[in-house]
Amino acid sequence: MNDFYTILTASLVAINCALMGGFLMMRKMVMIGDAISHAVLPGIFVAYYISGSTASLPILAGAAFSGILATLMIEWFTKKARLQSDAAIGISYTLLFAIGIILISKWGQNADLDQQCVLYGEIEQISFWLQPIAFGIVLPKQTVILLAVAVLLIGAVIWGYKGLFITTFDPDFALSTGVAVTFWHYFLMSGVSLTTVVSFESVGAILVIAFLSGPPAIAYLLTEDFKKMLILACLVGILCSIGGYYTAKWLDVSVAGAISTFIGLVFMIVFIGTSVLKRKVDVIST
Amino acid sequence: MEFWGHITTFFSAENYTLFVVGIGSGILCFASGVVGTFTYLRKRALIGDVISHSVLPGVAIAFMLTGVKNPVYFLIGAVISGLLAIWIVDYVQAKSKLKPDAILALTLSVFFGLGIVLLTKIQHSGNDAQSGLDSFLFGKAASMSIADVQLFSIIAVINIACILFFLRGFSLVSFDENYARGIGFNVNFLKSFLALLTVLTVAIGVQAVGVVLMAALLITPAAGARFLTNSIRRMLLYAGLFGFLSGVIGVFISYSGTGMPTGPWIVVVLSLFTITAIMLGKQRGVIARIKLRKGNHIKINNENVLKDIYKLADDGQKTIETSILLQQEKYATSELKAILNRLEKQDYLDQVRGFIILSDRGRIAAREVIRKHRLWEIYLSKYFQMQEDHVHDDAEGIEHVITPEIEKHLIKLLERPEIDPHQSEIPYE
Repeated sequence: MNDFYTILTASLVAINCALMGGFLMMRKMVMIGDAISHAVLPGIFVAYYISGSTASLPILAGAAFSGILATLMIEWFTKKARLQSDAAIGISYTLLFAIGIILISKWGQNADLDQQCVLYGEIEQISFWLQPIAFGIVLPKQTVILLAVAVLLIGAVIWGYKGLFITTFDPDFALSTGVAVTFWHYFLMSGVSLTTVVSFESVGAILVIAFLSGPPAIAYLLTEDFKKMLILACLVGILCSIGGYYTAKWLDVSVAGAISTFIGLVFMIVFIGTSVLKRKVDVIST
Repeated sequence: MEFWGHITTFFSAENYTLFVVGIGSGILCFASGVVGTFTYLRKRALIGDVISHSVLPGVAIAFMLTGVKNPVYFLIGAVISGLLAIWIVDYVQAKSKLKPDAILALTLSVFFGLGIVLLTKIQHSGNDAQSGLDSFLFGKAASMSIADVQLFSIIAVINIACILFFLRGFSLVSFDENYARGIGFNVNFLKSFLALLTVLTVAIGVQAVGVVLMAALLITPAAGARFLTNSIRRMLLYAGLFGFLSGVIGVFISYSGTGMPTGPWIVVVLSLFTITAIMLGKQRGVIARIKLRKGNHIKINNENVLKDIYKLADDGQKTIETSILLQQEKYATSELKAILNRLEKQDYLDQVRGFIILSDRGRIAAREVIRKHRLWEIYLSKYFQMQEDHVHDDAEGIEHVITPEIEKHLIKLLERPEIDPHQSEIPYE
């Protein structure tokens, strides 16, 4: 049963991240996802300090707030200070992460919260948090939250697909036809914040980044059709969760690390495979 | 008082270890600032993030192979896996349709994930000596041993020396690769060598401030320095100084407070330096630009109101009723009053009981704006074949921007015209 809970949790994170990552990748903004996943630390701490518990609604709110703060900071650096965007991202998230660590080391000694956990999570202990849901079904608390967020995100992507799609692929056209580009930007950013926040505790920032960037990239190498790409990315994410989990069990190592590595392996295979195929097609066509 | 006590202890070198660590961390951050300037200028600021995450598997493998905690072996492992990561990023970018951001994120997370796998493998194998490997994750600037500091400082100094030696080549490669190649620089060698220096810097920096914050040591000083100067030499110097000061201050703060981590404090201090530079930079700073914009706004309003007054007052006269100007409804009443008061203060006009009297100075200024406007209209219709009814809007904007030199040039080019396309006279002085 433990296997099932872990794989289910990782898969839910994978689905959430694949949906958001697909859009981020097409907007060339994956590194912003990276930034947000680190920048949530001070928010998490402040919420923890006020509410006194982890894995609760205040924590989510605090983290989501600092995620949005990070996006605003990056925007301020690029638009008002006219800093190049990569530097703006780098400065913002490292500053927020540093403040988070200072807060935790000063006032969070007895908190169930440290940078190790932020970086690579505690998915191995997921079944410590088991609680009955309904109809005799028992699930870990974080898995339930992830499930709710997955439903929310899938709903949001289906509901807002048109707006997200047009602002991602042709922002100029969208702007000229009066689509609220800024609204969709923050719509997506809220989704990314929410995803990283609910995922960080179970799988850690690193696996979030791996899930945000890896499965969409793999899917993008395989198909041009964006809808197919999103679905394929979700499937790849789930596959890597399963593969990574059993690899971790077999080698007796960190699950989050093993899943990230597995994503890297799958990417490598697909990358080499598609390159070889492309070369063959090129040879035939010439 | 206790605070001063700390400061005097710190600088009296009584506490030898602390002094050495402080200076060592300063040198380390100096080197990062200098190397980071080039990654910043090459618009590859986030590569530092990738390298710092990807040194982990190299370090772990070095430990697995040798079984000892030797910083030299760690460095070799770190440099190899850092270089491998850069190579992968470049290769995938060249060979696929994926964009750099996705490749960077994927590379750093996969390398780091692999590093975590190896670290947990080492931990579970029960080897006690592994405890030192954690410093690669979160840094340990304040608790570096003197031997570590010596090693790191030597490498940092060699790094800086190499950069100074190849300064011209590195600068050219950062600004214009093709030009550098064209005038005979070995661009591939320079790029690889710069990559090696970057990886080396990151590999030692990571041990001081940790994986996540290493990116800041490379990016943040350079970004701040960029706001202070346009010269690359000065930028290198400022970035290095920002780094050095933050390195020393960070160690000092973490020493003076209990449980204060060093790396994060270095980054916070560094960010403060940089944000200050971003705000106060003489030309590019945020405040300087706001001032410039505001100044332009004032100038445009002044000139427009003077022009209106001149046009409303008929030929030769200098006086109009204020109410006529208000009836034009180009400005809100309060705004117009503010502009008039400002103009009065600067002796462009006098306001007497509901009348506005243009001074000589005001008259000259108004005629100058109108002259520039009409000259531009002629220029547009003559050289761009624009219709007479289309030239006005463009001239309305440009009249505030034309400098006396351009005006002179226009008059010469247009052979001192007498009337504009709307048959209005051009007012020369």
